[in-house]
Amino acid sequence: MLTFTIRRLVLAVPTLLFISLVIFLLLELAPGDPMAQVPLTVPPEVKEKMREALGLGQPMHIRFLKWIVQFFWIEPQILIDNIFGTGFADGKLRVMSWQTRSPVMDIVVQRIPQTLWVVGTAYMVGVLIALPIGIYSAYRQYSIFDQAGTFVSMIGFSVPPFFSGVLVIVIFSVNLGWFPSIYDTTHKVVDWDSFVIQLRQMVMPVMVLALQITAQISRFMRASMLDNLNQDYVRTARAKGLSEYIVVMVHVLRNSMIPVVTVIALGVPAIFGGAIITEQVFKVNGIGQLLIGAIQANDLPMVQTLTFIFALLIVVFNIIADVLYGILDPRIRYD
Amino acid sequence: MTDDKRFVPDEGLAPASSALPGAAGPLQETGPPPRNKWLDVWDQFKHHKGALYGGILFFAIVLVVFLGPLVWPYDATYIDIRARNQGPSLSHPLGTDQLGRDTLARMMAGGQTSVSVGITAMLLALFLGSLVGVVAGYFKRLDGILMRLTDLFLALPLLPLLLVMVLLFRDSLNAAFGPETGIFILIVGAIGVTSWMPTARIVRGDVLALKEREFVLAARSIGTRNSMMILRHILPNVLSPIMVSATLGIANAIITESALSFLGLGFPPDFPTWGRLLFDATDYLQQYPERVFWPGLAISLTVLSVNYLGDGLRDALDPRIRGR
Repeated sequence: MLTFTIRRLVLAVPTLLFISLVIFLLLELAPGDPMAQVPLTVPPEVKEKMREALGLGQPMHIRFLKWIVQFFWIEPQILIDNIFGTGFADGKLRVMSWQTRSPVMDIVVQRIPQTLWVVGTAYMVGVLIALPIGIYSAYRQYSIFDQAGTFVSMIGFSVPPFFSGVLVIVIFSVNLGWFPSIYDTTHKVVDWDSFVIQLRQMVMPVMVLALQITAQISRFMRASMLDNLNQDYVRTARAKGLSEYIVVMVHVLRNSMIPVVTVIALGVPAIFGGAIITEQVFKVNGIGQLLIGAIQANDLPMVQTLTFIFALLIVVFNIIADVLYGILDPRIRYD
Repeated sequence: MTDDKRFVPDEGLAPASSALPGAAGPLQETGPPPRNKWLDVWDQFKHHKGALYGGILFFAIVLVVFLGPLVWPYDATYIDIRARNQGPSLSHPLGTDQLGRDTLARMMAGGQTSVSVGITAMLLALFLGSLVGVVAGYFKRLDGILMRLTDLFLALPLLPLLLVMVLLFRDSLNAAFGPETGIFILIVGAIGVTSWMPTARIVRGDVLALKEREFVLAARSIGTRNSMMILRHILPNVLSPIMVSATLGIANAIITESALSFLGLGFPPDFPTWGRLLFDATDYLQQYPERVFWPGLAISLTVLSVNYLGDGLRDALDPRIRGR
């Protein structure tokens, strides 16, 4: 198991390097000039200097190497400096945003808590709703509850977040006036009242995201429970007189959770990607919104770093899912 | 199901006796002829009510969207500023927008774009996926490298990359093909290139299993070339997973296109798609909340019907489930 984990981690390095190269080349080969917004009255030699100030003067491979070094070597040092108060990275060049002229990672660190609050809560709520639905749908297969669950998850699959989001805004914000339609990111939780306000503004984005998550996870849970309910060990457990609750909730559930846990792990990066749209609908000031803003402002270092962070999440959670699968299921042997 | 029918009592025993040496009389038909596989598939498909209604709904939407503008008197771009912001009435069943354009006409025009993008992008993704899948499954030497490529594509963050691609290549394609064709090619290409991986994986798995079957060995022993082998023997047998991914591909492409349009990175404003209409309607959310409803409902209904269609197709095309 340990060798497998190490092998996967080692294999992840070329994958990540390749992905960063793909993103870099895509941004590089694309037409579009970061100097396009500069007025025409600026003389060409000044433009050339501005170009060099942005780091565009050097050939392509040098800039790629520089980005790699900055992202993988200097940024972790900054992190260590911030935690332990050391001075490894003093005076070293960081990945700078063209838009704000500040380090990209500083902005990302500012934005991540908003995304994590909304996405994290939505994921937990979604999973907590999905598991009981999946278990009960499988236990009473083809019952009315099961049919309704199938229908609801079909709706969860089919209604895109930019429609369900707008729909809940119309219903709960415009017509009923229960919740604010815009997520206020400057709001600070200090006491009970402000916590209630925070809860109220989180309800709608969480609802929209949780619908999608519930739809997927409950399907997986149901399928996995159905696979296990007909196994021989279940009949044995019943035959030796265990109560129905113990049979289903302990024996079957524990075995059914194995694939579901990996699916939950695999879904985390997808949710970060999908939250881009939800963040846009509710004006949550998170990393998805940051990406859209950077794309519109032609801020290539920011776009590259953010896209790479999304890729990093996918690769990391793939490894986590694989390793979890091996740990949870002793029948799986990777070597 | 076929086997049951062939052994109907008084006919089932006939061939055995007539095959006996010395048995006189003409050879009798041995029950009904073997049924076409697609008839069986259709029989099973009919039993899946959701799939049947989903299919009917999807074809109804496609028909209305493509044939509706022929009979509907208003043009999607006709501006009648005096009739702006109207509610539903007999002449404008879905009302008009802020420039007095008829919403129903715009919905149909938007549907044409959305459905065409969905179908074209699905065909592109299907072609790429089947190609990679068949080649990877059939030629052992290419398997490793193609599957690593698939894994790499699966690890790419797709929505951010799509956004970046659309933003970066929009202007040059617009210049080359004109604003509408250019963005159509771009969006179809971008969605196709980023959504072929699941098809490739499924097809590869099926091809790997098919390659070991006797009929492939038989075909090879009479000297069938690789190209003929793939076209004649492999492809028809992996048609079922391809068809299922086709339906899911349409749903995926329609949602992705609408998402891009919704983020303002899709089709230009005067060129309606369902996502674009939804995006425009959110500006008037407070005054005219019903306007976001129609395009959203259209997207959701289309995707829902296609999903049910795919669900039924999967059951109908799976010989293990068929006949139950």
